[in-house]
Amino acid sequence: MSIKKISKEQPDKFEFDKKNNEVAKKIIQNYPVGKQQSAVMGLLYLAQKQNDNWIPLSAMKYIAKFLDMPYIKVYEVATFYSMYNLSPVGKYFIQICTTTPCMIRGAYKLVDVCKRKISNKENNLSDDRKCSWVEVECLGACINAPMMQINDDYFEDLDENKCEKIIDQILSGKKPEPGSYKGRKNSEPENNRKTLINLKNA
Amino acid sequence: MIKLKVNDIDIEVEEGTTVLQACEKAGFEIPRFCYHEKLSIAGNCRMCLVEMEKSPKPVASCAMPASDGMNIKTNTQLVEKARKGVMEFLLANHPLDCPVCDQGGECDLQDQSMFYGIDKSRYKENKRYVPDKYMGPLIKTQMTRCIHCTRCIRFATEIGGVTELGAIGRGEDMQITTYLEKSMESELSANVIDLCPVGALTSKPYVFEARPWELKKTETIDVMDAVGSNIRVDTYGWEVKRVLPRINEDINAEWISDKTRYSCDGLKNQRLDVPYLKENNQFKKISWKEANKIIVEKINNVNSEKIAGLTGDLTNMETCFIAKEFFNKTIKSKYLDCRNDNYYINNSSRENYIFNSKINGIEETDLLILIGTNPRYEATILNLRIRQSYLKNKTEIYSMGDIGDQTYPYTILNNSTDTIKEILENENSEIAVKIKNSSKPMIVIGQSVLKLKSGKYIFESLKNYLIKNNKINDQWKALNVLSNNASTVGSYDLDLLSGNGEENPTINNIKENKFEIIFLFGQDEFSFKKKNEFVVYIGSHGDKGAELANIILPGASFTEQESHFTNLEGRIQKSYSASYPPGDAKEDWEIINNLSELLKRKKLFNNKNELVDSMLNYLKLNIKEENTVDINFKFISEKIIINPMDYYFSNVIARASKTMAECRNEKTKIKRTGTEG
Repeated sequence: MSIKKISKEQPDKFEFDKKNNEVAKKIIQNYPVGKQQSAVMGLLYLAQKQNDNWIPLSAMKYIAKFLDMPYIKVYEVATFYSMYNLSPVGKYFIQICTTTPCMIRGAYKLVDVCKRKISNKENNLSDDRKCSWVEVECLGACINAPMMQINDDYFEDLDENKCEKIIDQILSGKKPEPGSYKGRKNSEPENNRKTLINLKNA
Repeated sequence: MIKLKVNDIDIEVEEGTTVLQACEKAGFEIPRFCYHEKLSIAGNCRMCLVEMEKSPKPVASCAMPASDGMNIKTNTQLVEKARKGVMEFLLANHPLDCPVCDQGGECDLQDQSMFYGIDKSRYKENKRYVPDKYMGPLIKTQMTRCIHCTRCIRFATEIGGVTELGAIGRGEDMQITTYLEKSMESELSANVIDLCPVGALTSKPYVFEARPWELKKTETIDVMDAVGSNIRVDTYGWEVKRVLPRINEDINAEWISDKTRYSCDGLKNQRLDVPYLKENNQFKKISWKEANKIIVEKINNVNSEKIAGLTGDLTNMETCFIAKEFFNKTIKSKYLDCRNDNYYINNSSRENYIFNSKINGIEETDLLILIGTNPRYEATILNLRIRQSYLKNKTEIYSMGDIGDQTYPYTILNNSTDTIKEILENENSEIAVKIKNSSKPMIVIGQSVLKLKSGKYIFESLKNYLIKNNKINDQWKALNVLSNNASTVGSYDLDLLSGNGEENPTINNIKENKFEIIFLFGQDEFSFKKKNEFVVYIGSHGDKGAELANIILPGASFTEQESHFTNLEGRIQKSYSASYPPGDAKEDWEIINNLSELLKRKKLFNNKNELVDSMLNYLKLNIKEENTVDINFKFISEKIIINPMDYYFSNVIARASKTMAECRNEKTKIKRTGTEG
């Protein structure tokens, strides 16, 4: 992982919308009075959600003022964590897990699909600027490998064709169904459940 | 007390010390990069590993608190192997460019790799490249050399009070930078250069100038402000190459301001090296003999009451004293003054013009009131202590008037003299109650206040008020005067005053053009409408004073003569000569002595030792006795306005310095664009 690139195109202004402003104030209330700076990570995530999955510099400044802390401190946090995006990633942000279990089950085939369909290099926007992809480390769904995450949803048990289908759907503006693409529930065994059959919620 | 063993030596240390400090106490040096006594503990370089009994792994001694019964080993094979391993990792990405690095010769990494380094590298991969960062006109960066000790970040945040440096990214890609590479906005920024254990942050003005072993090092005293920071001046031949801080816990700890450090290039620009005479509005070079002859002729043809003299802001005490003797004995005129305006001064007691609580005392105070002063610019090092006091004791700080960012929060009071009247006359006013309840309050009066029409009222009535409330006693003296200039307190000690202290007849009469001859001893902060006066300027730099002059006698600057300075808390310190005056220039005292010889056929002093002895004798005998001042001081309701101070251009040396000019441009540029928010 190399240091994150800060986008050259930056919006002039950023402000929380009315709803997020309320949410931000609630997040701050989780911390003792005077320790409001602890809320920086939550607020950065909120800003990222509001701004199409990436955090512009104006948002960092806005949050720094919001929490009464130096700009550099917010900047440090934003550059430290890999899940904060500092340049545009598109409305649909695809993260493909390429850690060992997924890799063994063919994660690089998914990467090839993304290269073909979206953009040649990771972190680059697709032609319609709606979508970008990135290889990430383990997303904790090894049992359903290979998998990818699109915004907040997991798409599991994929292969080349299934992945292509999902991406086609996204590019054409439809919303694909999240979850396993082998038809199983969560991470139960592939050929149906063998134990705890009587328990419904197991 | 904690008892522990270091290499089988029993030692006792106080509670709260670290293992590293305990080892140092036992006499074993521990290598370190990130640990620094004055900064918080980070524990991230791992160089200080030691072996501790019952611990399977070596421990970082800087971050491990010492506790009872510890058995520490610092010289075992395990320790050496561990440190060698750490060093190998540090060097993995460190470029081996010592021959072109300015830190070479005084580099911690270089020194310690002599003990723990390996002769060849096992690292076959490409070394990491880090783009250089812009940090302003003083700090040159070469970030591939950085070993991520974070000393600079901790200094900026904790001591400097400006959280502008930070580490972005993580792991191998961590980079030290300012927010979007803005220049650091601190008057202490250049101290990070001293702190940097490698050559990542080096001095921009000093780049590729000299190697440390080529320089002659002279320990001396700074004159850029009245604090009197202890400095080391490094010279290469005649030229002053750089200025570094010297540790003095009572004054500057181990920091100095950027002005102290970087105005030294002003010592080689705009220098006066031969006597000049003004003819037809043009300066003409003349010899010392001719120059002296002209001055002697002038003085002999003029009534002694028509001669006045002013000493300057950087004038040392020797020059002040000989100027005084010159005026008293040779010329017999009483118009000699060290003030360049009508500052109120009650010279009857030393306590009336010094910083009584002492610089160290600031850290003990619990209430601080600033009246008409902006310590960040007027005394940067002292302001650092105020910040420490705020961090340590949560000291309540008040200021009359908004004085801008001081690196600590303060409450703004109305900047009118009425506020002071309210404190003095209304016992139940908020501040009056606070002063009464405080055990060690401090009131700091700036020079701007003493210049006011009600300066006398403010000073004397505050003093009476504090004495009445027992805040000025043998243990604690609450009233402080913050002088701006290095010469101020010394000149007051030597009684370089005309008139009774309230008015300044010298200045007033000069302004009314009553004199025929005016001597300016390094006085450059003063101007008047000249008529037919004959002005003699004795000083080192061609500045405002020299512009006024009819005849210029070239003198020496503070690094070129051995002399004494008294700092704002009344501490007399000796400064040594690191260099010598350029060209035909002479030491200031010599110039005056020669003039006196020509006038009276008798030297004032036979040599410099005689001068110094009789000056110190004067100070010893001149114990000032408290005499009462008449209490009829008039109160005038007026605004307390702080004299605007051009921080980077506040004296002749700074004005001649290119580095200071760059800093000033950088600062004004920031103001103009308004990108900071």
